[in-house]
Amino acid sequence: MGIHVIKMPDIGEGIAEVELVMWHVKVGDAVTEDMILADVMTDKATIEIPSPVHGTVAMLGCAAGQVMAVGADLIHIEVEGAGNLKPQAGGAAPAAHPAPVPAAAEAKAAVPEPAKPVAPAVSSAPPAPHETQAVAARVAREPGARPLASPAVRKRAWDMGVELQFVHGSGPAGRIQHADLDAYVARGVQGAPSSAAGGYREVHTEQTIPLIGLRRKIAQKMQESKRRIPHFSYVEEIDVTELENLRVRLNEQWGKERGKLTVLPLLARALVVALRQFPQMNARFDDDAGVVTQYGAVHLGVATQTDAGLMVSVMRHAEARDMWSCAAEIARLADAARTGKATRDELSGSTITISSLGALGGIVTTPVINHPEVAIIGVNKIVERPMVRQGGLVVRKMMNLSSSFDHRVVDGMHAAQFIQAIRTLLECPAMLFVE
Amino acid sequence: MNQHTTTLLVIGGGPGGYIAAIRAGQLGIPTTLVEAGELGGTCLNVGCIPSKALIHAAEEFEKASHYASGSALGISVQAPRIDIGQTVLWKDGIVGRLTGGVAALLKKSGVRVVKGWANIVDGKTVEVLRDGESPQRIGCEHMLLATGSHATELPFMPFGGQVISATEALSPKTVPGKLVVVGAGYIGLELGIAYAKLGAQVHVVEAQERILPAYDAELTRPVGIALKGLGIETHLGCSVLGLGEQGGSVRIRNAAGEESALAADQVLVAVGRRPNTRGFGLEKLRIDMDGHFIKVDDQCRTSMRDVWAIGDVTGEPLLAHRAMAQGEMVAEIISGKRRHFSPAAIAAVCFTDPEVVVVGATPQQARAQGMDCIEALFPFAANGRAMSLESKDGFVRVVARRDNHLVVGWQAVGKAVSELSAAFAQSIEMGATLEDVAGTIHAHPTLGEAIQEAALRALGHALHI
Repeated sequence: MGIHVIKMPDIGEGIAEVELVMWHVKVGDAVTEDMILADVMTDKATIEIPSPVHGTVAMLGCAAGQVMAVGADLIHIEVEGAGNLKPQAGGAAPAAHPAPVPAAAEAKAAVPEPAKPVAPAVSSAPPAPHETQAVAARVAREPGARPLASPAVRKRAWDMGVELQFVHGSGPAGRIQHADLDAYVARGVQGAPSSAAGGYREVHTEQTIPLIGLRRKIAQKMQESKRRIPHFSYVEEIDVTELENLRVRLNEQWGKERGKLTVLPLLARALVVALRQFPQMNARFDDDAGVVTQYGAVHLGVATQTDAGLMVSVMRHAEARDMWSCAAEIARLADAARTGKATRDELSGSTITISSLGALGGIVTTPVINHPEVAIIGVNKIVERPMVRQGGLVVRKMMNLSSSFDHRVVDGMHAAQFIQAIRTLLECPAMLFVE
Repeated sequence: MNQHTTTLLVIGGGPGGYIAAIRAGQLGIPTTLVEAGELGGTCLNVGCIPSKALIHAAEEFEKASHYASGSALGISVQAPRIDIGQTVLWKDGIVGRLTGGVAALLKKSGVRVVKGWANIVDGKTVEVLRDGESPQRIGCEHMLLATGSHATELPFMPFGGQVISATEALSPKTVPGKLVVVGAGYIGLELGIAYAKLGAQVHVVEAQERILPAYDAELTRPVGIALKGLGIETHLGCSVLGLGEQGGSVRIRNAAGEESALAADQVLVAVGRRPNTRGFGLEKLRIDMDGHFIKVDDQCRTSMRDVWAIGDVTGEPLLAHRAMAQGEMVAEIISGKRRHFSPAAIAAVCFTDPEVVVVGATPQQARAQGMDCIEALFPFAANGRAMSLESKDGFVRVVARRDNHLVVGWQAVGKAVSELSAAFAQSIEMGATLEDVAGTIHAHPTLGEAIQEAALRALGHALHI
């Protein structure tokens, strides 16, 4: 028997670290060729790592949620034959004692490998840092297995009337800490809310939720954008009465055959047209190199809310699409993002981004630029408002556009002119289609 | 009849009883403590403290004698002598100061101390007898039995004359020329070694095949070597038959059935201790017993409501620090707090030379519990401080679970290792893992470094070996 080592593949250009999102196997599992071993995440794409061999999992390179260097040992699989792991100097068989967690993980002391204890389990709950519910849940220890806690914690538990037997220990070796006791008590001994009338009672719950996976990426990207880019925002109101009339008419006429249009494809079209005049908005600013790259193509980023968090899917070559093609592509990308099937290409490479919260759009937003782009357009909700036209009050459908720009490379005047150009196009929708 | 009532009545003023009384006093519980002898019980009067005093004196004398025959340290003295009468006076002085201190602490806590012999009338009443005085009747809500234990007597060789218990051995008038110690447990060996250092020729007879049979062979090996060095002869696997016909000797029989006699000026019988459960009316309560001991739960409650028992009378391990912890706990429970006696470990120290400390599980015990454990040993031979103390024999050993590295036991043998028991017990009570101990900086140069090194070695990367 030999050991076949799979190293963390390089799945994105220039990416040194990849986050291990989820294991599909555990130590001891039999794996077959092409079986999915793990999900890893880079940028915003989640990629499945299949097994190239048949065998048995001998070691996992890290715990879920940890970041691994590209090229580090991802997994060891015990295989028939020699495997691809060379014996280390000294001739010790590395397969004999698979280390449950590699040095890097140990240093972080993050998640112990859920090895099965021979003696009565001290920590019976598997390590699941993101399942906060489980942390406070009742833990059933084997009868006779003593809960591990310092004398001070034991005394406090007695004072509170808490049986430590049922308290999850988050410390090393499953040690129950003061915080675990607090979490247990906060949750209520039976997990049921206390009987205080009307729910007017002090609540002392606290949940620690580690940032892993997509949430960590979002946090990093947002921080990066706000740290690097001096944003300025510009808000203008657009009279979309005509645009909405057109949209309703188009849907009436073509909706069944070509699909329903939302405002987004119309706005995309307006952007495409306006960007001809303002190419500096359709750009990416590599501030490390001090180079702004303007693009002829409009790769339109569309911010999409998914269960896991915000993702930006990218509609390539918006300039080459008509409204229905845009609508279909936006819908397809949103669905791909939500179901986790979006590819890396569909999630990167945008040159300008639209952010829309639809009916939740509010009056004004201050969108965060999708770094390294230089502009983002936020769509606010459409609402009927009394407007003054030719000295008289009329009811018009109004929509605000809240946009942010990178003030290092976009001057306020140009940004204003750009938004005014979009406004002109949207308020007179026929202009959208005049080449 | 003189009569009073109290909330808590403590029978026995040993370490368990007096601690319970002090803590109860602190918590505002009206408390009365009855003691027939001296406050402090066996521990302060005829146990822990006086034996350590005598051991210290014997060690100092032995050191001086050792210098008289030339020393690598370059120290020389001329034929040292010891006035054992003065040694005993000095020891009594220490005992007096400590028992006086206990009395002062009890007074400070507002505890009423009644001198005399308690006789239980019922679960709420005790009659205290004192010579020349009318009996005193004390009523109580809670009764705490802290009556302790006494040295076990051999029926065919009762105490008296040349047959002595540890109590008499701690107040010698002269050092006997030949001492036979029956029992190679910790009491027999502590005193046997002290007497050997004071100049007696000591023979130790033990029925089992090993000295300190409660501990494993690896741990007791350095003690065995030290016994040889002191000229103490051990007779293992031998049973004692009794005194010789004319006195002056002890007859023993070895495993092969061969009988022989050991010349003896005195015979110290140290074959264990028995709980004090007779002579004070305990039988009237008809509480549940556990063998010779009073049966208690993890709150030290007996089978009778509001009758509590702590310390040696409740069973193994017969150790003062266990009794004290139980006493403190009972006082707190009576005051309304929720408490349980649930230590992760109770340290046991053997003040032989070298000393032995055992805290938590030994490797053998851990394996017997079905635990997959790792053990690692760090020898004092690789410890600079030990060398500078001329005591490089011995080691520190750690036992930990293999799966999560939780430390479950410490053992040590060597000079002054008794002081390491604090670190051992604390690490286990705190639920330390090997990484916790290995990651704690231990002062250099100290014996304690061996603790860290043992943990490092268990993790596979000791630095000094």
